[in-house]
Amino acid sequence: MTTSDDQGVGVKLARKDFQSDQEVRWCPGCGDYGILAAIQFLMPDLGVKPEEMVFVSGIGCAARLPYYMNTYGIHSIHGRAPAIATGVALARPDLHVWVIGGDGDMLSIGGNHLIHALRRNVNLTIVMFNNQIYGLTKGQYSPTSEMGKVTKSTPFGSLDHPFNPISVALGAEASFVARTHDMDRKHMMEMFRRAHEHRGGAFVEVYQNCNVFNDGAFDTILNKDARANMLIDLKHGEPVRFGTERELGVTMNEYGEAKIVRIEEVGEDRLVVHDEHRRDPSLAFSLSRIADHPNMPTPVGIFRDVERPTYEGELQAQLVHAVERSGPGELAALLRSAPTWEVN
Amino acid sequence: MTVNTTSARDTETLDRVIIRFAGDSGDGMQLVGDRFTELSAAFGNDLATLPNFPAEIRAPAGTIAGVSSFQVHISDHDIVTPGDAPNVLVAMNPAALKANLRDMVPGTTLLVNVDTFDTRNLDKAGYESNPLRDHSLDAYTVFEVPMTSITVEATGPLGVKPRDAERSKNFFALGLICWMYSRPTQGVAEWIEKRFTGKQQVLDANLAAFKAGYAFGETAELFDHPFEVLPAKLPPGTYRNVTGNVALAYGLIAASLQAKLPLLYSSYPITPASDILHELSKHKNFGIKTLQAEDEIAAAGVAIGAAFAGSLGVTATSGPGVDLKSEAMGLAISLELPMVLVDVQRGGPSTGLPTKTEQADLLLAMYGRHGEAPLPIVAAKSPADCFDAAFEAVRIALKYRTPVMLLTDGYLANGAEPWVLPDVDALPDISVPFATKPNHGDAFWPYLRDADTLARPWAIPGTPGLMHRVGGLEKEEGTGNVSYEPENHERMVHIRAQKIAGIARDIPPVDHDPDPGADVLVLSWGSVWGVAESAVSRIRARGRRIGRAHLRHLNPFPADLGDVLRSYRMIVVPEMNLGQLSKLVRADFLVDARSITKMQGLPFGAAELEQKILEMMD
Repeated sequence: MTTSDDQGVGVKLARKDFQSDQEVRWCPGCGDYGILAAIQFLMPDLGVKPEEMVFVSGIGCAARLPYYMNTYGIHSIHGRAPAIATGVALARPDLHVWVIGGDGDMLSIGGNHLIHALRRNVNLTIVMFNNQIYGLTKGQYSPTSEMGKVTKSTPFGSLDHPFNPISVALGAEASFVARTHDMDRKHMMEMFRRAHEHRGGAFVEVYQNCNVFNDGAFDTILNKDARANMLIDLKHGEPVRFGTERELGVTMNEYGEAKIVRIEEVGEDRLVVHDEHRRDPSLAFSLSRIADHPNMPTPVGIFRDVERPTYEGELQAQLVHAVERSGPGELAALLRSAPTWEVN
Repeated sequence: MTVNTTSARDTETLDRVIIRFAGDSGDGMQLVGDRFTELSAAFGNDLATLPNFPAEIRAPAGTIAGVSSFQVHISDHDIVTPGDAPNVLVAMNPAALKANLRDMVPGTTLLVNVDTFDTRNLDKAGYESNPLRDHSLDAYTVFEVPMTSITVEATGPLGVKPRDAERSKNFFALGLICWMYSRPTQGVAEWIEKRFTGKQQVLDANLAAFKAGYAFGETAELFDHPFEVLPAKLPPGTYRNVTGNVALAYGLIAASLQAKLPLLYSSYPITPASDILHELSKHKNFGIKTLQAEDEIAAAGVAIGAAFAGSLGVTATSGPGVDLKSEAMGLAISLELPMVLVDVQRGGPSTGLPTKTEQADLLLAMYGRHGEAPLPIVAAKSPADCFDAAFEAVRIALKYRTPVMLLTDGYLANGAEPWVLPDVDALPDISVPFATKPNHGDAFWPYLRDADTLARPWAIPGTPGLMHRVGGLEKEEGTGNVSYEPENHERMVHIRAQKIAGIARDIPPVDHDPDPGADVLVLSWGSVWGVAESAVSRIRARGRRIGRAHLRHLNPFPADLGDVLRSYRMIVVPEMNLGQLSKLVRADFLVDARSITKMQGLPFGAAELEQKILEMMD
């Protein structure tokens, strides 16, 4: 973007304007580097000045990201970032508030705050790095780890059924829900851009490789030669189809369940046509259930993008309405709003 | 019944009276207590109230557990407590009588609803025989009034069904008490009409019951003469009646105006703090944003986010909520951002006594966080004082960029007293500047401090050139960058402690009321203030010498506290806990501080405290 400095001279912002002077300290080879780069490359194109951006995070590897952004930022406490970000957004609807966290931060200890921020439709861009493991505490299973996963805390295999983050967000009434992955900067940038442009709570799940504690968790779907057959790229207004020859597609059965089919067997007109803007979240939910784990064809892209009044917008409207109704608040009158008497 | 009227009788003037309305929690005792309070306030009496109700919304009717009461102390002179033993108990059923009789001194008056003294209700209350018949109440003046049946009779002509009519009996009791204590009745009639607009039959029934109660007092031979309590001689000014929670809410609004900062208040419903949220959410025309958060933790988080963004962030709760917010308070201490956490203390541990009062969170406020995590503590002393205490808590939070804990309690929150309204134009400006420019060459260092207050600069998002990151990790002094360096951590721990300790230079000296020759000092904090003052006055009236001091600031203590304490042989600390303030002053000043404790969910009574202090003095 072009902005003005103090002398009124047009200045073109660049990636470096959004990079802080702090040394990035994730493990070499971590997927987080790619996500940070995508965010920093995108920032100059959003038309927002660095000082209007606030990055709020909880605890975990992903949550270190705000330190690397030359914006305002809070590295807070485990799980609470959506609540703290809600405070920032309510206090200052003019700001652009991003929430950064991992699967443990947002779906385990902070699950409550995530779902409530989404249902309230606070204007937040929430990016959840999903690596299906606890990294910072050195390798325990997470709420998105597959059942049976052997980790330090589950030597005989995890007994926990995992969350499907997209289904959780949709169930929490999120008005924007998308999925992307750390191997495709262009796709990440597009998803982040759309999430930023969305007015309301936007949830983006990013499949992210933890090369130390859960290396290759997404290889089945993200290896270059696997992607065509394993990633279902959701495009608004288009039939849902994929495959090297685009020979595979998604249909809906009588129960509203999305099924993968060979197009030649059912015919192209049976395919589901994706509609991001459907008010009813059932279609998006069905699509989110196609894969319960990233070892089968997995939709990426925007599941849902609908308009709903934002919490801070409605709150602001109540304040304006209150002044219209009762006039601006006067302390002296407020104190006398109950019966008074004089003592001489 | 006779046809005598008041004009034929003498009116006896009293200087004060304590009335307790007690009944089943469904009987509307809080409602009539409130009405009587408002009437007396408007009449110009000084007063103090003590509501006491069960935690359950509806405990089984007729049982001791379901008894709800409201005590009001009205006086023609300045009073500071809701009083000890009532002069009059209105008991709407046997359980209400049984639960409250132990507080009644022989010779006082019992006004009982005789209609409810049947076998079933006596059984439920656990009476083996009818106390009205077995002479167990001979020491009292007992008036047996058929409140239910007269109410049914009075409302019958209105077409009200007996079952519904019975529900108006609380207004009958109110009418009777209004006659006994010569209250003007117009206010009640107007209030009933306003409150029950649209429910004509309920309105008519309540009005008829109220009038019947008043007429009963006037015509029945039960009372030989009415009493009156003349208006109090209070300091000049404009007065209103106020509860602690409402005064606290107003204090926050005033502070937000005087700080020129929008107030963002977030909290999770909890007894007895919820009324602060209810009150603030009414006043959106002051620009106040309120949020009912998903939990206690989120409520604190929202306040922290608001503070980072340049608003006045406030959250309130009671004990269990403080436990949940302690991690967030640690974050606020580390971020060095201004915010206020109000703790309306109630009986603990755990869920404890949700509707009863206690002061057992002082050490929680002092020490209830991991690591060295000091924060200032301010405590309110009376319902109206919650206004000033809230204002002071905000002032300190803003000036020193620190979370502040404001302690009140269930008694202050729900209790009411006349409040001489402050001159709003005379309230001080407590605004603090935001940082606008780099402070270290071309760079902005978020932890480069003010040399005097040690407060760090408050640079809010939207300010060009001052972008910075803060977090819960230890920070390097000055730059604010993450630092694990050993000496730096030790330095930062000391700086955070010194910053809070330094506030002692910025608060008034101890509220000290010395007595020449006294070698014993009564030291109080929080809501014990009123009763401590009464107890000390009584002791002095006996010709004994005793000093009195009260603490508004619990951390840091006023700078002169050590000198004050050391000028006495013994310090007596009455508190509704097992001796938390006495521990702190012993530890800080090595003085002989002794506790007088009470853990019943009820405030001390003045006579009770007087007795306990005298025992210690002898």
